[in-house]
Amino acid sequence: MKEKPDVLQGTLALMVLKTLDALGPQHGYGIARRIEQISGDVLAVNQGALYPLLLKLENEGSIASQWDTSENNRRARFYRLTVTGRKQLQTETRDWMQTTAIIARFFEVKAEDLP
Amino acid sequence: MRFLRRFFIRLSNFTTGRRADQRLQEEMAEHVAFQTEENLRAGMPPVEARRQAALKLGAAQAIREHHNAEQGLPLAENFLLDLRYAFRMLHRSPGFSLIAIATIALGVGATTAIYSVIDATLLHPLPYPHPSELVRIEANLPGVGAHDIGFSIPELRDLQNSGIFQYASFCFFGTDTLTGSGQPTRVAGATVSPSYFAVLGVDAQLGRTFDPHDATPGSNGEVVISDGFWKRAFGADPHILGKSIRIDNDFFHVVGVMPASFRDQGQTSEQVSTELWAADGFSDRTPPMRGTRLVYETIARLQPGLSPEAAQGRLDALVASLKKQYPADYPPQAEWTFHLTPLAESLVGNVRQSLILLFGAVGLVLLISCVNVANLLLARASARGREMAVRQALGAARMRLIRQLLTESLLLFVLGGITGFAVLFCARKFLLQFVPESLPRLNDISINWGVLAFAIVVSVAAGTIFGLAPAWLTSRLNLTATLRQEGRGSNGSRRRSVLRHVLVIGELALSLVLMIAAGLLLRSFWDLFKVQLGFNPTRVVAIETSLPNPNDPKTDIYRTATQEAVLLREVLRRNRTIPGVEEAAVSDRAAIPLGHGQNDRRIIPLLHEGQEVQSSQPPLIDTSIVSPEYFHVLGMTLVRGRLFVDQDLEATPLVAVINQAAARTYWPGKDGKGEDPVGKRVHLLGRLGRARPDWTTIVGVIADARTESLADAGIPQIYLDIYQRPAKFLALYLRGQVDPAAISAQVRTQVQAVDAELPVFHAETLDDVLSSSLSVRRFSMEMVALFAATALLLAGLGIYGTISFLVNEQSREIAIRLALGAQRRDILKMVLRQGLTLAAAGAGVGLVGALIVSHLMAGLLYGVSPYDLSTFAGVTAVLTAVAIAASYVPALRAMRLDPITTLHSE
Repeated sequence: MKEKPDVLQGTLALMVLKTLDALGPQHGYGIARRIEQISGDVLAVNQGALYPLLLKLENEGSIASQWDTSENNRRARFYRLTVTGRKQLQTETRDWMQTTAIIARFFEVKAEDLP
Repeated sequence: MRFLRRFFIRLSNFTTGRRADQRLQEEMAEHVAFQTEENLRAGMPPVEARRQAALKLGAAQAIREHHNAEQGLPLAENFLLDLRYAFRMLHRSPGFSLIAIATIALGVGATTAIYSVIDATLLHPLPYPHPSELVRIEANLPGVGAHDIGFSIPELRDLQNSGIFQYASFCFFGTDTLTGSGQPTRVAGATVSPSYFAVLGVDAQLGRTFDPHDATPGSNGEVVISDGFWKRAFGADPHILGKSIRIDNDFFHVVGVMPASFRDQGQTSEQVSTELWAADGFSDRTPPMRGTRLVYETIARLQPGLSPEAAQGRLDALVASLKKQYPADYPPQAEWTFHLTPLAESLVGNVRQSLILLFGAVGLVLLISCVNVANLLLARASARGREMAVRQALGAARMRLIRQLLTESLLLFVLGGITGFAVLFCARKFLLQFVPESLPRLNDISINWGVLAFAIVVSVAAGTIFGLAPAWLTSRLNLTATLRQEGRGSNGSRRRSVLRHVLVIGELALSLVLMIAAGLLLRSFWDLFKVQLGFNPTRVVAIETSLPNPNDPKTDIYRTATQEAVLLREVLRRNRTIPGVEEAAVSDRAAIPLGHGQNDRRIIPLLHEGQEVQSSQPPLIDTSIVSPEYFHVLGMTLVRGRLFVDQDLEATPLVAVINQAAARTYWPGKDGKGEDPVGKRVHLLGRLGRARPDWTTIVGVIADARTESLADAGIPQIYLDIYQRPAKFLALYLRGQVDPAAISAQVRTQVQAVDAELPVFHAETLDDVLSSSLSVRRFSMEMVALFAATALLLAGLGIYGTISFLVNEQSREIAIRLALGAQRRDILKMVLRQGLTLAAAGAGVGLVGALIVSHLMAGLLYGVSPYDLSTFAGVTAVLTAVAIAASYVPALRAMRLDPITTLHSE
């Protein structure tokens, strides 16, 4: 159990970046909804954890935010991907793909395959 | 790198933390609002909709706190919280805070004050580049017990060419007389080698200094002036360079003006504020004789990278080779040597001991005030036991509590330190008046940033050290016991009371040490003050004047004693006509009792008749040149023979008067009973030693007088007649009812009526001279006495506080005793006994400390043993009396305790 949030922290940031990349500017709730929809109930437990992350990403310059009006006329803070964020997303996507590919290959390997 | 970046992000978060936190809060509220809306749309009842939304968000508060802890600087945030709390605590008990802050302010302020003196005097004595290269050279003849005998010109050349030094220069401080325009003025001047400024490493702000390689024989006609003199005498004339000024009948032209910040090196503040420097190459006036020592002060700059020890080694080698080369000039039994001292050391040497003593004393005061505050903190700790218990019960870690308590004590100490510094800063002008003028760098004492930094560092260090133990003990408690006791709480404070006792004992011991030091200094000062002077300074005013001392003897109108005698007799005759003046005399500056600097002292070799053959290194003797009236004006008594008479003239045989010490030293007689020196003949080799001076006959012996040093009556002296040997730097003595304020002008009128170009300056009563010769001693005595009084007061307060606290703690016990029939007198005795026990323990420890300290300060004492029984006993008695008096008030309170009310209130 202890490990899970840590892994989540790393992946959550990637999820946020990818969401903003796919959907364009979004407010926090929108991001949370989207991640929830796609990831099933992984994030359902503690949606609040998203906000410190958003703050951190903004501090690091990957995303930017500004006040705007939402679809149902509420004022909300909208987040969008910055150029840095987009680059970061690309590198991290590539890294992630590589990592998963390697892990996947390890899982596929059976004892008799080894020379 | 990454750590650094994270730290900076954290730091920026720490400063913008409030905003981020607010935003987090807003956004989460927003989130809940969105979710609630959605839930409502999904058909939930409003309450349930909000509840579900909040659940889904998770623990908002925990997230915020976690975020803050992760992204901020928790240590700093906690510190701010603690600080705010500490301020509130201070505010809540203003009495306690005020006393604590005032106590610390006293300790830190006094320490900082002494530090500022030490900073200017001991730590930065030489405001020149690479000060560690600067050294003073001294020539000694340990074989015949002669010290600092000076240098001959060939010796100075040897030093300059030895390769050990970059530059070497002599310097001779004196006064120059500036004439030519208006009133002749006297300027603190120095005659130096052309390399003097190269030794110091300072350049002129306008023009240039002397060329260090200038080999002009004699004076090169150049002078360098100080910034102050330039502004004062020449109105900061930008075209001053090349202008000629007249000094002692010689014309000099100004080649440079020193920067405003330049201070000369020297041992007195007068030397440090020299305003005129003339260069002298020396060679044409005297034959280059090795035995003719013309210059005293010699300073030099070592080759870069050469340590003083290594330089001393090379100097020893130089001395050895010179002795081999000139065996006639350096007989082996005299053991002629050069000795190097770092210049900084030689300049502050005579005040170093006093200043270190003062710093030690003030350090003790600081220590005592800190101990007092620590004691107060401990007393408060028992009142706050319950608060600590509640905090701990609520989950505060012990480290956290200690940190909080430490923050409180640090705040107290820093506030105290700043208060002390502020008071010092405001009172600096007032306080500087008490610093003796003979302190070499008096004018450089300032309350600057370095001193502020010192005050803050001292307060923080003291706050940490003296806050830690109370914090440690306050936070250490038995939770259940303390809470159950409903804050009545003396339980669990045993350790605290042990510590309190130790602190009070320490305080008493420290103040005993200080008081004994002060007592011993006071006794020595008193002994010196009451000493039999051997001369009578009352109603005598000394005024200085100086005759021109031109470089070319032919232009000197007062070259011979006969020429000078005409002037002096007329000056004396006229001065006797000043209303109130009964008697007048004249002498050279060396004869002013206690009032002259080392440079005026004239110590010259003395050759006995018939002895010159076996000893070519004659003993040295202090020499004064005086007029016949001198002895009577100063009230010195003749023991044997006769004094000078009007018939002693330049043409008659030379005569001299000696004191008893000289008679004892030089004519001890064969059987040790003493030989009659009257009628004996001596040779005196003057500074400008003529090869064969005439014989001088001793005609009289006077009683020893402390004219050279208050502490030493037995310095051999020889007096010569001014009508037989001319002198240039003169002092007039007037005895009678004169007005010291007006006398200067009156004497000036009379002197200038004879010669309008003679300056008249520095009128001082001999009583003042006497008292300023004691100034450093008086200063340190007064300061240490002040510190001792402060220490005694603080220690008294400490013991009062502790006994009061004990009485408070034991009030229940006392009440029960009283209820059971104890006599009130017994209660009084019981409490007093506690105070007395503390005092006895403190005195015991203190006496041991005082023995060590008094042993260390033996060099500062005069006429009193460092283990003087009466001082030790008296001071111990005073301390015990104070301790009893301080315990008496709480003891009375304990005695008058009403058992019924006390027991009821519990």
